[in-house]
Amino acid sequence: MSISREEIKHIAELARLKLSEDEIKKLGGELSSILEYIEMLKEVKTEGVKITAQVSGLDDITREDWVVDWDKNELKSALEQGELENGNLKVKRVL
Amino acid sequence: MNLNELTIKEARQKLDQGEISSLNLTKACLTRIKEINPQINAVLTLCEDLAIKQAKNADIRIKAGEKGDLLGIPYLCKDVIMTKGVRTTAASKILEDYIAPYDATVIKKLKEAGAVLLGKTNLDEFAHGASTENSAYGPTRNPLDTSRVPGGSSGGSASAVAANMCIFALGSDTGGSIRQPASFCGLVGLKPSYGRVSRFGLISMTASTDTIGAITKTVYDAGLVLSVIAGHDPLDATSTPDKISDYKQGTEKTVDLSGLKIGLPKEYFLKELNPEIKNSILILAKRLEDAGAEIKQVNLPYTKYGIPVYYIITPSELSSNLARFDGIGWGLSREGIEDLQEFYKTNRGEGFGAETKRRIMLGTYALSAGYYDAYYKKAQAVRTLIIEDFKNAFNQVDLLLTPTTPHPAFKIGEKSNDPLAMYLEDIFVTGASLSGLPAISIPAGEATTPDDEKKKMPIGAQLIAPRLEEERLLNIAKFLED
Repeated sequence: MSISREEIKHIAELARLKLSEDEIKKLGGELSSILEYIEMLKEVKTEGVKITAQVSGLDDITREDWVVDWDKNELKSALEQGELENGNLKVKRVL
Repeated sequence: MNLNELTIKEARQKLDQGEISSLNLTKACLTRIKEINPQINAVLTLCEDLAIKQAKNADIRIKAGEKGDLLGIPYLCKDVIMTKGVRTTAASKILEDYIAPYDATVIKKLKEAGAVLLGKTNLDEFAHGASTENSAYGPTRNPLDTSRVPGGSSGGSASAVAANMCIFALGSDTGGSIRQPASFCGLVGLKPSYGRVSRFGLISMTASTDTIGAITKTVYDAGLVLSVIAGHDPLDATSTPDKISDYKQGTEKTVDLSGLKIGLPKEYFLKELNPEIKNSILILAKRLEDAGAEIKQVNLPYTKYGIPVYYIITPSELSSNLARFDGIGWGLSREGIEDLQEFYKTNRGEGFGAETKRRIMLGTYALSAGYYDAYYKKAQAVRTLIIEDFKNAFNQVDLLLTPTTPHPAFKIGEKSNDPLAMYLEDIFVTGASLSGLPAISIPAGEATTPDDEKKKMPIGAQLIAPRLEEERLLNIAKFLED
């Protein structure tokens, strides 16, 4: 199982990661050897086996939709870690 | 004996009898941290003023006659758990200046109980690792031999407890991150059942296996901390509403082992297992047998698929969880980049370390179009088979006894250039994580290190119980500790 340089660049694009030339080269080799090891899963017969997404022992936790006021100071200190304009979190231009 | 060397139980008695104050106990820990942390690098952030204030407050509460298991007891917390007003880095550069705006539920509970937060401990960045070498702030060293790793990812917490910098420490265990460092440092590490302890305020890694637990000097202490932090939380929909017991009392009951069945899983006694470790586990089994328990060999045939399943599920889940770190709202944010995509990529590329990027890449690959079924869905199906293995075993026995790791602590740098070798460290600990089962590592003597035949380091025995059976786990762990 070998991952090409183009594939590494494509995955990095999907993951929104800027990688150096060195990192691209190194990751190609590392991911290939990790995936080669993981290939052993192919030998397991899983036809008809249900998949497991969670192990909480709970199903479909529902509740009424209600609004709770969060602590004002906590809200303030959460927002202040970003760039604020008129009390609103400033994001980058999308278009 | 210095105050910082006390167990929770010992400190509790002295505090309640007025022999010591929380302030003196806290100061003893702070002095020890300042003295030894420059060599060990277990503590990333010290909150001295806050700790002194909390200790004084605890002393007032004790003087007023208040009783509480953790009232006035100083502890350290893994830096992947939110602590209001205190820097919370996840050992990543991307969160270097991040101040947690609120407390995790576990921290809130400890605050109400009157425990004293001393500071935050080092870890593998975002808990990605088994040696605490993957920290953006340098590796933590094992205080029992500073040329060796303390294990990971809760290596800062384990080192801190082993070096008596605190009375206990909080860690998180996603695929062994409490149990493995506890075994490398000669301590007790308890991973509760998935959902037993609220994850609210724990920076998410693998949301389907993340748990919070304690690293302590004794089994009693581990049960005590669990009693305080366990319970349903409306802020975590995956936390279980099932009742919690007084786990510390459970460890004080006389244990009747007659009729108890203990399983030794054949697949955990591999030829690669250090023979001294194997022998130590068999000695523990013999002690249980002599006390009336029945020892049975059981089979967990899908054990060998634990690592490959874990290293698909974990990178997949964490690649989604870490998508929120983009430089907007919090964390590392480079100025002067107008293009939005370029802005995201730069912040993430510069903010995340090598192992975190490796895992994000692996997870993104496994979830990408064309590979989702072959990797992610396949791993989820094999996960079901691993869970069924444990179910079958627990139809025959009450508890499983295994080694925690195949060998004692290795040298710093020994495995850091070989990601796969590091992943294989988790071989005996991922099963319980993938299955959501409670497990504990307790000290089980020492074994010779593979790199130096004159050097012995601590080893751990792991007990695994059926889901939500922490009381049984702690009971038997206590029997083996005595």
